[in-house]
Amino acid sequence: MTDAVEFVGVSRHFGPVRAVDGVDLAIAEGSFFAMLGPSGSGKTTCLRLISGFEKPTGGQIRIFGEESARVPPNLRNVNTVFQDYALFPHMNVRDNVAYGLMVKGVPRAARAARAEEMLSLVKLDGYGDRRPAQLSGGQRQRVALARALVNEPRVLLLDEPLGALDLKLREAMQDELKALQKRLGITFVFVTHDQGEALSMADRVAVFSDGKVAQVGTPEEVYGRPRTRFVADFVGSSNVLPPDVTQRLGGPARWSSLRPESLRLAAAEGAALAGTVTALRYLGAGTRVVIDGNGAELAVLVPAGQALPAVGARIGLAFDPAMLHVMDDA
Amino acid sequence: MRSDSRAPLGLTLGAAAGLLFLHVPILLIFLYAFTTEERTYQFPPPGLTLKWFAVAWNRADIWPPLYLSLQVAAISTALALVLGTLVAAAMSRAKFFGRDRISLLILLPIALPGIITGMSLRSAFDVMGIPFSTWTIVLGHATFCIVIVFNNAVARFRRLSGSIVEASLDLGANGFQTFRHVILPNLGSALLAGGMLAFALSFDEVIVTTFTAGQQSTLPIWMLNELVRPRQRPVTNVVAIVVFVTTFVPVLAAYYLTRGGSETAGGGK
Amino acid sequence: MGLRPVTLPERGPGDRLTSLFWRRPNLLLVLLLAPPLLWLGVVYLGSLAALLLQSFFSIDEFSGLVVHEFTLKTYLELLRPSNFDILLRTVGMAVAVTLGCAVIAFPIAHYAARYARGQWKAAFYLGVMLPLWSSYLVKVYAWKLILSKEGIVTWATDAAGASAVLNAVLALPVIGGNSLSTSYIGTWIVFVYVWLPYMILPMQAALERVPASMLEASADLGATRAQTFRTVILPLALPGVIAGSIFTFSLTLGDYIIPQIIGSSRLFIGQAVYTLQGTAGNIPLAAAFAVVPIAVMLAYLAVARRMGAFDAL
Repeated sequence: MTDAVEFVGVSRHFGPVRAVDGVDLAIAEGSFFAMLGPSGSGKTTCLRLISGFEKPTGGQIRIFGEESARVPPNLRNVNTVFQDYALFPHMNVRDNVAYGLMVKGVPRAARAARAEEMLSLVKLDGYGDRRPAQLSGGQRQRVALARALVNEPRVLLLDEPLGALDLKLREAMQDELKALQKRLGITFVFVTHDQGEALSMADRVAVFSDGKVAQVGTPEEVYGRPRTRFVADFVGSSNVLPPDVTQRLGGPARWSSLRPESLRLAAAEGAALAGTVTALRYLGAGTRVVIDGNGAELAVLVPAGQALPAVGARIGLAFDPAMLHVMDDA
Repeated sequence: MRSDSRAPLGLTLGAAAGLLFLHVPILLIFLYAFTTEERTYQFPPPGLTLKWFAVAWNRADIWPPLYLSLQVAAISTALALVLGTLVAAAMSRAKFFGRDRISLLILLPIALPGIITGMSLRSAFDVMGIPFSTWTIVLGHATFCIVIVFNNAVARFRRLSGSIVEASLDLGANGFQTFRHVILPNLGSALLAGGMLAFALSFDEVIVTTFTAGQQSTLPIWMLNELVRPRQRPVTNVVAIVVFVTTFVPVLAAYYLTRGGSETAGGGK
Repeated sequence: MGLRPVTLPERGPGDRLTSLFWRRPNLLLVLLLAPPLLWLGVVYLGSLAALLLQSFFSIDEFSGLVVHEFTLKTYLELLRPSNFDILLRTVGMAVAVTLGCAVIAFPIAHYAARYARGQWKAAFYLGVMLPLWSSYLVKVYAWKLILSKEGIVTWATDAAGASAVLNAVLALPVIGGNSLSTSYIGTWIVFVYVWLPYMILPMQAALERVPASMLEASADLGATRAQTFRTVILPLALPGVIAGSIFTFSLTLGDYIIPQIIGSSRLFIGQAVYTLQGTAGNIPLAAAFAVVPIAVMLAYLAVARRMGAFDAL
């Protein structure tokens, strides 16, 4: 099966700035794919390379096997939900949604009917006559989604789609987007800097750093088996251990990571890892205990209901050796 | 909270006096159009009458300059709208080489005194042997009107050039459809405002025009001649009111069209 | 749902041109810029070049015809006492007008920037913008009415019993005259009036950039109002004053209508240019005169740029 989107050695340099630098990616058809990374890591540029608003300075981009270098954005059957939604302020919601059909010459009655269908898909029946300015942030986002889906794109791009919404709305929209994607079977590619969002929604995640892809994998792989220190640190919050500590714990002389939830409190005597408690952070479902172990800061997640050490106490840490994940970094 | 939200008395008086200074002279023109005194500028007017409006209406020498002024202003505004919009569209795009020089070039015709624009055009017509005509007037007017349209359009373009233009392309519209359905509706009021200001500026212009008009008279040139060699002073007053209103109305309209935006019209004449 | 094609076909010339412009964005840029730049380049820069060219020609004193040969003779004529006086007079007036504008503009700009709110702010803006845009000639004409011997100023000073003061002012050497409308004072007043809005707007823009917190900090530190004004407000307003002075200076240098209608019969640069190119037919000397304001303004702009005035434009 051809991939929906394929990057082969793609670069986008702006003068001396290497926004995207030699990226290879394959996004499977029908998948929900996340591009995760801090701002300036190249993920948004990659999205714009797919939509055609940026052109690669090197490498090739294929969409369903078709080389896209000479295809302008308006002829790519790829649509985008923009970060600020970019609704047309001078049109009502119906005309916004029907815009893609209007410019293709679909007759008025047919496109109005199709727009109503799309509005009902995003649960905005009856909002057709409103202006974008009269809608809430969540509603605008749904209109942007309906507008992008009306053309039945082969790939839907979402640029920080939930960034402007408040927490509760964001969680509801996460579930809704996921369900919508399953139902429509369209390939979704979304850009986010929120690792929680990426892990909970995506089938596969690409972690970006400095214009390069640091790791691609399922959420479980990226979270549980980070390949580099950067991924371990950026995805979730890991205890990153330097090579000498890894060796002391029985691993090879490379960097390793231990997730806070894999660690248990134990007696200080005889423990491989030990240190002084410097802070306790109550998180609701548990408490994060921060320990200073010979200069390295370690975090342990203690589930609610278990006994907690006092700040300043010396304690040891126990863990299942299988949970020690050795990374590629030497 | 501000500690002193009330202005000191001296400042208030100074500001009020300054504003009165700006406005009272214009109001006086309206008074003088009704005076019964014909030969001097006597104040207070010995009596008031409406007859000068009728006299002015029947003066055959006023109509051709009025038509010429309207014609020149309309053509210059149309040219400036096209040229100013084109350059604003280009300047709102990505940075390119020579961008700063181009903005300087657009600004120059109003940054340098009108007499230089006028004398330059006069020199050029002389060097190239071009005879004076309506078109030589238009040539000068359109040149300094471009910047007025440009100023109004460029700020709006900059705001527009962001994601709604991309959204339109993304949804399958080509560049021309995007211009018609997205850019033009959002640019319209800025262009209308720029066009009105350009019209007002051209309708009223006298300095450049005296160098490019030859034997023809626009309404301001007619007025200037009356000022230098007065014939029927109250008729001139009536014409002054007509000129004033013809520039005032579009300027006020331009203000209301662009009010509230960051690019309120008229900031830079 | 039937699958749509990945790449849509081009339909019509609009799509084809869009593709072309997308592949070559510089082509679009060139097409957009070509008409306006051709216009400005040919009509405006071409004319300026013609002006410069003419200023290096001279006029044959016997035939009155222009001699199309390169010479500096015409520029040397500018240094003749009668011509040089015109230059000095004009620059002197420009300086006086700029100072007058700065003084009258300050209270308006300061009030509008710091104390006017909401509706009043809009009213102030309109109150400055409308006189700026109203007909130039009508404004000059209004002052002809006001300053004439039988006009409102004479009437008002008579009514206030102050006609002795007016007469004393008019009796002053050089700047006085038969009436206000035939004196330098009159010329100065009208120049100040006509260019005042050009000073207010940039000054207000500069003052609006002074954060209120900075003024409060100054007051907190124990500065009196006068001290705050002198040490905080004035230095911060200065770029605005300089920006405004670019307009008042340049416009005064190039104006010939105001001194022609209101003032003594002594010439300013603009009048000299106008008379020389018209009735006198001496285009080379007219052109040389017109080059002077350009040179003065270029020097002025260079100084203003160094003082940071362009940020306030």
